Amino acid sequence: MPEPGVPVERIPILKMGSYLLVTIQVDMHDRLATTLQDDLTAGIARSGARGVLIDISSLDVVDSFIGRMLGNLAAMARVLDAETVVVGMRPAVAITLVELGLSLPGVRTALDIEKGMELLRASVDGGGNGSGHPQA
Amino acid sequence: MATAVAILRHETQRLRASEDIVAVRQAVRAWSIELGFRLVDQTRIVTAASELARNALDHGGGGSVLLEALTDGPLRGLRLTFEDQGPGIADPETALRDGFTTGGGLGLGLGGARRLSNEFDLVSLPGKGTRVTITRWG
Repeated sequence: MPEPGVPVERIPILKMGSYLLVTIQVDMHDRLATTLQDDLTAGIARSGARGVLIDISSLDVVDSFIGRMLGNLAAMARVLDAETVVVGMRPAVAITLVELGLSLPGVRTALDIEKGMELLRASVDGGGNGSGHPQA
Repeated sequence: MATAVAILRHETQRLRASEDIVAVRQAVRAWSIELGFRLVDQTRIVTAASELARNALDHGGGGSVLLEALTDGPLRGLRLTFEDQGPGIADPETALRDGFTTGGGLGLGLGGARRLSNEFDLVSLPGKGTRVTITRWG
């Protein structure tokens, strides 16, 4: 429900080769999360990206709403033939998430962007359904 | 022990829209830093607050949260009381169980908030509303 005259806040999505990079830097409210789902799925479809990297190193809280959103993003990307890796989770956030009862099923994680990129490259280039060839 | 608890300060915030959840998270973060909570405890109470604020909004149609900074001898605590005038919870024991949801969420809010807190109290009158009180000691 965009209100007229009020600019729609957006989380930027950057393209790096065949990957998309999303850095979540703000404390997300619900509408922003919904806008990100729309933008990211449209971005994957438009660019044909094979992988999505979501950097949450700026988030000092991940509650069940944001956790569910991350799971949804990964599931939507998978249906559009793209792998998702969530990177940069802070240790305090990891402890709290598990105590909350959320283990982010279906969401692949890596410690930082570099390791996340390695994971994406390995799964996009080398893994999969038999059509891919491991690349040196 | 309960008699020695004193309230250092208090403040009420309203919960009317999704943006108010962000404001509650920020206030709880600021208060828990001020009370000297270590990082993990800050994150626990902020996350619990976020879950309960969303419950009050989504299931209770909005309400309010009372923040209270507590002292008990050398201990510092933060007590949060979430109130709404929604339909209430018919069966609190079931509602606290992980995975129980009526709202299309993950059903982790209440049980998760209880696990992230040192003290947890839920009072619900069907048709009148719900009050959830949590306390975290730093």
